[in-house]
Formats: sequence, C-alpha cells, structure tokens
Amino acid sequence: MNSAPFLDIRDLSVHFVSRRGLVQRKVQVVRAVDRVSLSLQSHQTMGVVGESGCGKTTLGRAILRLVKPTFGQVLFGGEDILALSREKLRQRRKDMQIVFQSPYASFDPRFNILNIISEPLRTYTRLQGSAQLHRVAGLLEQVGMPGDIMYRYPHEFSGGQLQRIAIARALALNPKFMVLDEPTSALDVSVQAQIINLLQQLQSDLNLTYLFITHDLSVIQHISDRVAVMYLGKVVELHTTEALFNGHALHPYTKALLSSAPMVDPNARHDHIILQGNVPNPVNPPSGCTFHPRCPSAMPVCSQTIPELRDIGEGHQIACYLVT
Amino acid sequence: MNDVLLSVQDLEVRFDTYAGKVNAVNSMTFDIRKGEMFGLVGESGCGKTITGMCIIRMLPRGGRITKGRILFDGQDVLVMNKEELQGLRGRRIAMIFQDPARSLNPVFSVGNQIVRIIRTHMSVSREEAHQCSFKMFEAVALPDPERIFRSYPHELSGGMQQRIMIASALSCGARLLIADEPTTALDVTIQAQTLALLAELRKTQNISILLITHNLGVVAETCDRIGVAYAGSIVELGNTDDVLFHPKHPYTQGLLAALPRPSSRKLGLHSIPGNVPDGLTVLPGCLFRERCSQVMEICHRNPPPLTDVDESDEHHRVACYLYSQGDKG
Repeated sequence: MNSAPFLDIRDLSVHFVSRRGLVQRKVQVVRAVDRVSLSLQSHQTMGVVGESGCGKTTLGRAILRLVKPTFGQVLFGGEDILALSREKLRQRRKDMQIVFQSPYASFDPRFNILNIISEPLRTYTRLQGSAQLHRVAGLLEQVGMPGDIMYRYPHEFSGGQLQRIAIARALALNPKFMVLDEPTSALDVSVQAQIINLLQQLQSDLNLTYLFITHDLSVIQHISDRVAVMYLGKVVELHTTEALFNGHALHPYTKALLSSAPMVDPNARHDHIILQGNVPNPVNPPSGCTFHPRCPSAMPVCSQTIPELRDIGEGHQIACYLVT
Repeated sequence: MNDVLLSVQDLEVRFDTYAGKVNAVNSMTFDIRKGEMFGLVGESGCGKTITGMCIIRMLPRGGRITKGRILFDGQDVLVMNKEELQGLRGRRIAMIFQDPARSLNPVFSVGNQIVRIIRTHMSVSREEAHQCSFKMFEAVALPDPERIFRSYPHELSGGMQQRIMIASALSCGARLLIADEPTTALDVTIQAQTLALLAELRKTQNISILLITHNLGVVAETCDRIGVAYAGSIVELGNTDDVLFHPKHPYTQGLLAALPRPSSRKLGLHSIPGNVPDGLTVLPGCLFRERCSQVMEICHRNPPPLTDVDESDEHHRVACYLYSQGDKG
C-alpha cells in the first residue's frame, strides 16, 4: 500500500440544493455525497456498497464529473479531474468509462450496434471505414459476442447481451479506469455470472481498475479487493473484502448490513441483526452520527458530534465511537 | 394428504400475441400444505408470476389456461363463476406484488383504501372496518396506526407500504397469501424486516404462503419446501434443504453454482451457457436440453415427467431423464 494510489478521491462532496416557495424562499440541501475520501490502487476493484439513497451512484458519477461536485478533489495521474478545463477533461475521459445499471436504457434505440460502439471512436479517433469495422468486431469478440450482430438494433437483444455491448462500448477507447454502477442488478443469476466472469477476465487482460457499485453483498464479496460501506452520503467503514466478510467488520451498520443478506449456504447462515426503522430522510438527517437512531449500540455522544472516518491500522477505516 | 390447501396440477397457459402463440406455462405442478411457506423460484420468464395470477384467476388479457387444474381446499378454481371467484379473492386467497407503490392508489389515504377492501368483502360497518384495519396495522407492526391510517402512500417508505399491502391482504381472513417478489424492490435491511414479519404472520395468523421469487437466498432462509421453475415447468420440487443442498436437476445445479459465494472468488463463477428459450418456438423434449451439459438422446424426444428422485424419498421430485430408471435410452 505504499505506492501512489491510482485514483485519489479527497473530501469529495455533492450537495443538491432545492429551493421552494416564491416569497419565503426555503432552501433545502441534500448532502448526497459528504466528504468522501477513497484511494484506489491500480488493477484492483474497489467495491462501494450501501442501500438506496446512500449516495453510491452519485459518488461514481461525481468522480467522472457527470454530476458537478460541490467541492473536493479527484486526483488521477497527479491531475485534479475536478479542476480540468473542458478540453483537458474531454481528453481525460478516454481513460475513464462507466457502465450503467439498466442496459435497456443505455442505448439509443434507433442506433444499430455498429453506431453505438463506434460513437466513441468517431468522436475521439480518426478510425474510419474498414478499420473502424475491424475495431468494432474486435471489441464485440472481446466481450463474447459474434461480430455479425453489428447491423442489428438494441431491442433484438436480451439484457445480458446488451450489457456485453455496453461493456464493449466502454472499452472502445482503451480506458484505464471503469465505474461499474450496478452492472448486474437487472440480470438473472445465470446471466449475472456470465457478466461477472467477463468483467474479471477483462480486468486481468487489460489491466483495468474498477469502482464497482452495488447493493448486492454476495456480488461485492466475489469481485472486490476492498469494500467501502456507505450510509447517508458518508463512508462509514472501509476494509479489505476478506477481513470485512470474515467477522472483522466493526461498524454496527456494516454488521447489520452483512447479516441481513439471505444466504443459500447453511454454513454461511447467521442470525440476522434486524434494524429498526428506515433510512432517514437525507433532507433532514439526524444530528451527530446519522446512523444513531437505528444503531443498537448508540451512546449519548453519537447524537451530538459526527464521528470522523479514522484509519485504525492495516487499511481499516471506520467512523464510529465504539472503536477507539 | 388432506392437509393440502392448494394443489396446482399440470397447469398450462398460452398467450395469443401478434408474433404467435407463446407458451408461458407448460407444466406447473405443486401442492401447498396448510400452514406452509412454499417458494416458487426461477429466473425471469419462467412463468412463476403467471402461475400466481392463475390461482386467483387474474390472467392478463390474451392469456388462456389450456390445461390443468387448480384445487383450493378441494374446489376447482378454474370452473368457478364470477360470484364464487369474488368469494375466493381477498376472502380466502390474497396476493401482494413486487412494487407496493404501484399497488396503492396515490389519491386516497391508505386508511380509506383498506376500509374499502374490508367492506367489499365483509358486511361490516365503517367503524368496524376502521377497528379491523387498526388491528391489522398492529399485526404487521406498523407504529402509530392513527397517523398511518390518515397518510397517503407517498408519505410512507417502501417497507411501510409493503406492510400496508400485507395488512390489507390479510384483513379479510385469507388462508393463502401469494407474495410475488415481495422484497425485490426493498433494501436488504428492510427485506430482512419484511421476511421476518411474513414468517411471524404465518404462525400468528395461521396462513399458508406462496412466495414467488428469483432470490435463492430468500427461499433458503424462509421456505419449508420449494419448486424450481424453468421455461414454464417445474423441474425440481422438494424440501428446501434437499433441493438446495442435494440438487438433482442440471438446471438447479447450474443455478446454485452461478451464485457468488466466498469460495467462488478464486475459482470463478460457473455460468449456464446460452439463454432461456423464448416460448414462441416449441421444442419437443426437455426444454433445458440446449443448455444442459448432460444431454442424452432421449431428451430430444419427450419432455421428462416429474418423478421421485428415489423410492425412499417421495418428497423430492425431479423432471429429468438422468433419474428415471429403466427409461434410459
């Protein structure tokens, strides 16, 4: 862990401001992502896990500047992505790609597959004619699709096939870093396995670095090297996958989250820690530690001040007063 | 076997579409006993939701039941007339769906909706219905019933909306609850709450539950018995532990191997090649044979019948020629 990180995210925050009322203006602020710091090592997979509304998707998008971060830094190869000029950012985007959750909503239905995959080639490279066709066929082959489908349209394919095409499009410019935002959540189990295997194969063949966002704990356990657990816009715990899933999780939320995933394997089954209540409204988050109203081991201090994310050794970071 | 509450026998459903006849359900066979939680698992398009809808005769337009019987408490649901069905739906069988937000009417308060349901099915006064709904809110552990009663669906979270759905489904004393993907739209911590609630209600209200889901983890932890469906047919049926830990059908085996688990990290995931057949083209023989690694000559001829895995164990049944002695080609 002493080499410089591949991607260093510092205090990244995205606040959405909504204004209500004409006369008496009420301003509401949702801190979708609140001072998140992560560093990604190259050729590794950082998993981001959390429930809906915890800001994991916004985090992924803010890193790529697909939503405008309020403040913070994203250092990629020594450059701050968030401070780049438009043209510099455009050039940088070649290195960073994203695959979305719903493959059905990721394409223009009136584009054929050739148009879809060659679009980044047309905007960023001078590949034309047969060279372009050749490249598209090669990309399709890389994701396990036959090259002769390139004149067909998105509606002719199943979800798993479309997700392969989305991956091919993301690979078109030889990126170094990919944000994978719930890439298998819309797929059936047997197809999910095909896509996960493909992503792992591509990672080792092309030396890719992944930020893998999901709510599915078994998928994150399978694919990531380290896992960041998010709750209401903040990272509450970060550790290696191995340690986190083998009883070394310390944050009460992480423990409850890990225990609530239903398991098929009887050896992996455990008692569920059932949390009371719901995720609070992010417009009006609880004071102090935002998890304290649901926390089984809340103390007086938890409702007063916000616990900071601290490194407690061996790359284990946690934001909780229980751990000193 | 008089403790059987619901018996689905050789159900077949066809849809007439512009593209042709679609075989949505080919051969669905299972029993649900009194007080039992039965899981119907399968991937999208395997006919599990359509089967649930057939049980309360709410098939979408264009669908026809072309074969089979559905017996509820000994009565054939498929020959019931309108009045008989009205007495069946809600009063004896209730159903909840995947997305609670879409099952509730956004322009009425939830109290208004539940009172209406109760008064449609039972001849009680508004006041009695009101009391009854409070009792149901309590049964599903909803706090502050007064406030909940007056609130509108958008004011409640997904987990609370699903509790409202469960409360109204059970408000008229249904004996069977069909829960179609009840936790798929919910977060894992809320899913755990909801599943714990269903397991508790099954005991306190003494009901049977048909849990329709694609999530093997969910059935593993909650159901007594499960049926695995593939392309409209049951391929394996038995006690949950028998099916999940000693799977016999190559599809069940493949599905379980495709699940990410701690030990799969280094080995890579097993995946089943190919895709589910589309239902438009009717293959003779076993519908899984195109994706099966142990396909034999006989698999191309006739669909395999559901048979006992071995003579000693009559509760574990599988539809595969690998296990039917004597028939092996």
